[in-house]
Amino acid sequence: MVNLKVNLAGIEIDNPVIPASGTFGYGQEFAQLYDINCLGTFSFKGTTRDPRYGNPTPRIAECPSGMLNAVGLQNPGVDKVISEELPALKKIFHKPVMANVSGFSIDDYAYTCEKLDKEEQVGWLEVNISCPNVHNGGMSFGVDPVAAAEVTRAVKSVTKKPVFMKLSPNVTDIAAIAVSCEEAGADGISLINTLLGMRIDLKRRAPILANKMGGMSGPAVFPVALRMVYQVYEAVKIPIIGMGGVSSAEDVIEMMLAGATAVEIGAGNLTEPYLCRDVIAALPAVCEKYGIDNLESIIGGAHHG
Amino acid sequence: MKQSLFTVAENRPLAKDVWQMTLRGDTSAITAPGQFINIKLAGHFLRRPISVCDWNDESVTIIYKVLGKGTDEMTRMTEGTVLDILTGLGNGFDTAKCGDKTLLIGGGVGVPPMYGTAKRLLSEGKHPIAVLGFNSKCDVFYEEEFRALGVETRVVTVDGSYGQKGFVSEALGEGYDYFCACGPVAMLKAVSDASTSDGLLSFEERMGCGFGACVGCTCKTKYGNKRICKDGPVLTKEEVVW
Ligand SMILES: Cc1cc2nc3c(=O)[nH]c(=O)nc-3n(C[C@H](O)[C@H](O)[C@H](O)COP(=O)(O)OP(=O)(O)OC[C@H]3O[C@@H](n4cnc5c(N)ncnc54)[C@H](O)[C@@H]3O)c2cc1C
Ligand SMILES: Cc1cc2nc3c(=O)[nH]c(=O)nc-3n(C[C@H](O)[C@H](O)[C@H](O)COP(=O)(O)O)c2cc1C
Ligand code: FES
Repeated sequence: MVNLKVNLAGIEIDNPVIPASGTFGYGQEFAQLYDINCLGTFSFKGTTRDPRYGNPTPRIAECPSGMLNAVGLQNPGVDKVISEELPALKKIFHKPVMANVSGFSIDDYAYTCEKLDKEEQVGWLEVNISCPNVHNGGMSFGVDPVAAAEVTRAVKSVTKKPVFMKLSPNVTDIAAIAVSCEEAGADGISLINTLLGMRIDLKRRAPILANKMGGMSGPAVFPVALRMVYQVYEAVKIPIIGMGGVSSAEDVIEMMLAGATAVEIGAGNLTEPYLCRDVIAALPAVCEKYGIDNLESIIGGAHHG
Repeated sequence: MKQSLFTVAENRPLAKDVWQMTLRGDTSAITAPGQFINIKLAGHFLRRPISVCDWNDESVTIIYKVLGKGTDEMTRMTEGTVLDILTGLGNGFDTAKCGDKTLLIGGGVGVPPMYGTAKRLLSEGKHPIAVLGFNSKCDVFYEEEFRALGVETRVVTVDGSYGQKGFVSEALGEGYDYFCACGPVAMLKAVSDASTSDGLLSFEERMGCGFGACVGCTCKTKYGNKRICKDGPVLTKEEVVW
């Protein structure tokens, strides 16, 4: 019997597989396909203070081994998530859920996290700092160690739940941002969010996405994500949730060897709706193949001094 | 929605750059004409959404236009090729809303879903009228198939090389009590403006998932945000925000 359980910042989860924010809605679509209680947990759609329509369409483009999205954080707003989505989720999912939060100012983050802190279904807060700061010329919080630390402190001051800061890969030194979040009190680090990319339609001679640029994810980004998880593991002591292009049980193990305590799967859910269920089912056999009897014991196992 | 494997039973050209493919497999998730399927193609990350043209207990027929690499590769698939497909996606046309004399308006590869809709209406004892629009004579397909059902069929070409000259929106005529339309968005808008009855319109959007999970395909309607893939692709004329 392979032990798949891992301890994620004080909460034990049955296995390290977590659908990533923005690819799993608030759970309802997938609950119609399989029993989502097989998951370690899942990270719900990026939620903001106010409801958001998001960007105009087209919001989706394809790239070799991946995709670009410019959804623009469409979500019903935190109040509706609490009054409608969480009660609906309670009926189908009986584990703590990860609340993914976005904001456009420090106050936004604190406001939304404070509200979600009161929800007992929420196990962890995952704070997406890839968003533009409206008070700083639209520069993303996630590219500046000082701004990233400010968000961390603001969120930590309003919640007792474990806080994972979700980093943008669109930076020169990801480890520096991670360290800054750890020093500001973060309980863990999630990475990576999407890489900024673009596609152009040859017929229209114009960008495919209405927003011109969008976030790239899927198998194409896996080596970049893995490298960043590896670098962050060397720089911080807090747990890491690794993601970016994961699409098999082997990828999960590779991410964990690089330093991830748990692993999120994003774009893969969209093209293979049963992917997370199937990866979890495949994990024991793949672990046995590589001589792993306790998955938690391999975290960071690829770091040799 | 159902994910299952289908086998290509037939794949043949119908008109310029337009092909018909019949796929054998489990069609139990398909419940209404105007729904679509989402096809996994080797070497491409995202699936390709294609409307259901016709289906029975054993197979589903689609008609696709060669647009980019994926649809081009589809033309080279031979009998026996196995494809991983999501079926039963989208709401489809609610034929309970349709009157006795419903216009079925298709433009280009918007024609295929009208064929399944015609069959459903006929089985309900109704008398639909097909208005099929194409750019030119070389693009025309399925005129005979609609006539073979016993459906009154009008063909319109933009350049006048076949049938009536002009746009489908100029060929709606009179005496209809409802309409169903599928085609390019400019056509849908023109049909919506020119029509004198209520109706249903089927929209396209670039999709991430096709089953409602990613909100990549959202549009605004009078009743709030809707996902083209899950709450659509068919919307009522009255709710559309142009
Ligand atoms: C609900 C729905 C029903 C459809 N029904 C049909 C049909 O019955 N017959 C038919 O010929 N076509 C139909 N289409 C359009 C069809 O999906 C595209 O032509 C096809 O995906 C193009 O793939 P490609 O690899 O050849 O093109 P590429 O341009 O190489 O594709 C690149 C990416 O863009 C997407 N894409 C490109 N054009 C479109 C488009 N117009 N709509 C949506 N996604 C697009 C592709 O799916 C792919 O992800 C439908 C689209 C939708 C949304
Ligand atoms: C359609 C889509 C929507 C996303 N929305 C969010 C979001 O709301 N919040 C967030 O933190 N990340 C969001 N992401 C990023 C993913 O959670 C994940 O970090 C990224 O896609 C990398 O993982 P992947 O390669 O497995 O997709 C989104 C990704 C996709 C594809
Ligand atoms: S394509 Fe994903 S929600 Fe419609």
